[in-house]
Amino acid sequence: MKFKTLSVIAAVALAIPTLGAADADDDKLVINGEIEVTTKVEPAAHLDGALSEVMSGWHFRNDDTQAMEMDDFDNPGMLGAEAGMEIWNTAAGTEGKSCADCHGDPAESMKGVKASYPKYDEKAGTLMTVQMKMNECRTERMGAEAWKYDAGSAINVEAMIASQSRGMPVNVAIDGPAAPFWEKGKEIYYTRYGQLELSCASCHELNYGNMIRADHLSQGQINGFPTYRLKNAKLNGVHSRFKGCIRDTRAHTFSPGSDEFIALELYVMSRGMGLGIEGPSVRN
Amino acid sequence: MAEGVKPRVKAPKSAEAGEVVTIKTLISHKMESGLRKDKDGNLIPRSIINRFTCDFNGKNVIDVTMQPSISTNPYFEFEATIPEAGDLKFTWYDDDGSVYEDTKSVKVG
Repeated sequence: MKFKTLSVIAAVALAIPTLGAADADDDKLVINGEIEVTTKVEPAAHLDGALSEVMSGWHFRNDDTQAMEMDDFDNPGMLGAEAGMEIWNTAAGTEGKSCADCHGDPAESMKGVKASYPKYDEKAGTLMTVQMKMNECRTERMGAEAWKYDAGSAINVEAMIASQSRGMPVNVAIDGPAAPFWEKGKEIYYTRYGQLELSCASCHELNYGNMIRADHLSQGQINGFPTYRLKNAKLNGVHSRFKGCIRDTRAHTFSPGSDEFIALELYVMSRGMGLGIEGPSVRN
Repeated sequence: MAEGVKPRVKAPKSAEAGEVVTIKTLISHKMESGLRKDKDGNLIPRSIINRFTCDFNGKNVIDVTMQPSISTNPYFEFEATIPEAGDLKFTWYDDDGSVYEDTKSVKVG
């Protein structure tokens, strides 16, 4: 009898984790025991009910991966942020200036930056990402060469800048001059690409929480970028991630840094309005 | 000397006598296996950390031999019993003969 009871308990215990495996969990994200990060919020009005709840991709990862992000020592992405800090303090280009010469301590000057980008830039008359702003500084004020989009150094500095905003809610402007870019991004989000005819929404809006082959589909939120991915053991930029997704639909993709991806970045960022910035986050 | 090598250690600053504490270490190192080839087909010479040790007040806690298949930025997490106050000394040995060291003091009480 006893054996039978035990096996019933074992069967129940086994069944519960497998049933709920692909769903988001209810864990709380606190980094270094002090930075509380909002990972679930009510969807913003402009989503028109497309999502019932907005959730960070952190919830879709397993406990081990989640734990890596909760401590800077365990987060391999912080090595990139550290390297970014070194670049920040090192003079480059013909002007002999470093980022720090103008912007000082990033903990002050870069706080909140990642949460509000991409942003419409009056002077440039276009929508600009953090990396574009970095390159503007490099070419116009430092006399240095622009970094290639999503190149190692650019991602490291972006990760360092993102880390200054950790825990702050995503708050991008989508009205006024940014509106046409947002509309364009939205159109791309809902356009089916490639031989598989998949749009971003096919997976990340209609099927988050389900399995895609052996992996969990998240909502594709980008509050955690740049992201350290275990699969390639390096920091990944959001445009490179977009490219990977579109490539997987068997389509010709846009390039990192293209107008299409800049617009898409604004739109996808706006879907995560209110989520805390996590960059550099850790994902599969 | 390999470039960009930086040892990091996370250990508690104080412990109870006889307490078992968790120590985390990481050294940024490219850990070149010696099996890869560059663009021109030439073998890239092996350059790895081949040994890692931790001593507490001169007594060995852990001694690890590392092989070429260990990935970039080797990370070790292990436990140590702290019998009395003292210093944890960490040593990494590079293929090229460089030795990297770090020390953490642990108070008792």
